[in-house]
Amino acid sequence: MLKVVLRRLLVMPFLLLGIVTATFLLAQFTKGNPLISIIGARNLDNAEIVAAAKARWGLDGSVPERYATYVWNLAHGDLGTSFRTKQPVLTDLAQRLPATLELVICAMFVGAVGGIVLAIVSAEFKDSFADHLARLVALLGSCLPVFWLGLIALFLFTVQTKLLPGPGRLDIRAVAPPTVTGFMLVDTLLAGNWSAFVDALRHLILPALVLGWSVMGIITRMVRASMLDVLGQDYITMARAKGAGRLRVLIHHALANALIPALTILGFTFAYLITGSVLVETIFSWPGIGSYAVDAARSLDYPAITGVTIIGGLGFLLANLLTDIAYAAADPRMREAG
Amino acid sequence: MSLPLLDIRGLAVTIPTRDGEQAAVSNVDFTIDRGEVVGLVGESGSGKSLSMLAVMGLLPRHLHVSGSIRFDGVEICGAPERQMRSLRGRRIAMVFQDPMTALNPVKTIGAQISEMIRLHNPKLGRAEVKERALALLESVAIPAPERRFDQYPHEFSGGMRQRVVIAIAIANDPELLIADEPTTALDVTIQAQIMEIFARLRAERGMAVVLITHDLGLVAGLADRMSVLYAGRVAERGPVGPVFTAPRHPYTAGLLAAVPSIDDVAERLYAIPGTPPSLGARPPGCAFAPRCDFAVPLCRMSEPALLRFGSAVVACHRAEELSLGDLPRKEA
Repeated sequence: MLKVVLRRLLVMPFLLLGIVTATFLLAQFTKGNPLISIIGARNLDNAEIVAAAKARWGLDGSVPERYATYVWNLAHGDLGTSFRTKQPVLTDLAQRLPATLELVICAMFVGAVGGIVLAIVSAEFKDSFADHLARLVALLGSCLPVFWLGLIALFLFTVQTKLLPGPGRLDIRAVAPPTVTGFMLVDTLLAGNWSAFVDALRHLILPALVLGWSVMGIITRMVRASMLDVLGQDYITMARAKGAGRLRVLIHHALANALIPALTILGFTFAYLITGSVLVETIFSWPGIGSYAVDAARSLDYPAITGVTIIGGLGFLLANLLTDIAYAAADPRMREAG
Repeated sequence: MSLPLLDIRGLAVTIPTRDGEQAAVSNVDFTIDRGEVVGLVGESGSGKSLSMLAVMGLLPRHLHVSGSIRFDGVEICGAPERQMRSLRGRRIAMVFQDPMTALNPVKTIGAQISEMIRLHNPKLGRAEVKERALALLESVAIPAPERRFDQYPHEFSGGMRQRVVIAIAIANDPELLIADEPTTALDVTIQAQIMEIFARLRAERGMAVVLITHDLGLVAGLADRMSVLYAGRVAERGPVGPVFTAPRHPYTAGLLAAVPSIDDVAERLYAIPGTPPSLGARPPGCAFAPRCDFAVPLCRMSEPALLRFGSAVVACHRAEELSLGDLPRKEA
């Protein structure tokens, strides 16, 4: 198992380089001029300003030259400077990634717990009304567009009933706690600010529910199929023949096995959400990397776009690695393999 | 006469299909006394396993079970799940056919044995449970039980797994053990060991064993009585001795003839021609008639009733006239 992990870690830099190269080239061949967002459309006629800006932002030189410079800097931990925020991309990402991760972790919790519960209900009561209902609930989350769901949720819970706060991570009048981890829930607790913690939690509920529901469908589907397969196994009949109760058979015996094939989809979903939370972040004014990516794309901010892509790629690679490790933890047969 | 431990009367199991309800088991009677070993014999699909799963209350929900199943005098056919759960594993235990799939792959052997003990002895302490589990592993001849306790099923060979399955089944000293083809998946030496374990348990603990099998050698070696099922019905039932020496049902005789003998090596193995009727394709009259060498027109018209002949009960129109003691072994 350790060998597998090491091998994966060794391959990772090369995969990342591939991702970087592809993104860099795509950005170069995009029609559009990033100078517009740097110096403004009016100054494009002024050759002096254009030349100065090009030199300042490293846009002179040929594509291979710029690529070499970028990779060289990247190898030294420098992701470049954002055309738009004029800050190092690494700083931007460090500020925004925790917000996304906080949202994604909560959304994963909603999606995984909800999806697994729905899957158990629908597998146990296969072809019954409960099964159809559970699958419908799961399917709706996948079908309904998140931006629509987000707006409806805001309308219902914020505007109409005023049960939950609107967009953002904290009340606009609140003073944010000093940034330690960047995770609002953690930072408010570290600052000992209980009311801010509750506020942050209340702000998280709607976006996490909307985002979590959107991935519930695929999780339910996978776990249900895997549960149905497991429930037909001899060891399930054996567990029942031992006199175990239905719930014990379902959770202790069936789910422990059914989750193994579902781990892949859980890891994949998590990685997907890191960059896939764009729409929800936009609707809920969530200062994460999703909204950062949208802003970067609008202004052809290459360094920022590539930076977000690297984070997304890294997310996938790490999620894959974690999935492998989780496999070994869940399945004793995997531990000796590889 | 004392009450039989298990008394099944008129058991029927029907399976809903597109063409309506089809009977997979019908009108099966079966009894077993304490300390007795009864063989339940028949080809695959003859309803042996279904009948016994019905006793355990473990059939899938969409199957319909009717008839009477009395265990120790108490009706348990259609009993509530709570009542069945207190019987399962405690008073009636089951050994499954395939040791490769009967154990949960993600739980340790120790955890799976302990679960059986703990489910029915909730007050037992952790150490006591482990002690009993280790003793059980020892009783089925698993070497180094301490080390084996924390291992997973994939670290065990097939024969060892089957012994673990047996250890689990006997953990709570059940009065009735249902062994569903307990040795089919094992090689002969392991088979003998397992049979030895059964014989010992029966002698030591007075456990009754239903031996579901299509291996007649096993029945001859261990069972007191046997029941032969064909297409979900009882074909012949009686003490092992008389049934083996003088079978009255052509199907029983065919099964006996199909047992390879060590004396005639050159001969091709005998097989009963044809296959059992599939569900829903049951012929009118005797279900065995299409494959039977002795069928007469009557056999294809009316279904034979179970009638007593000597010590056995047979469902064959020609049981009285046929003498199948030394079956004409045919050149195939």
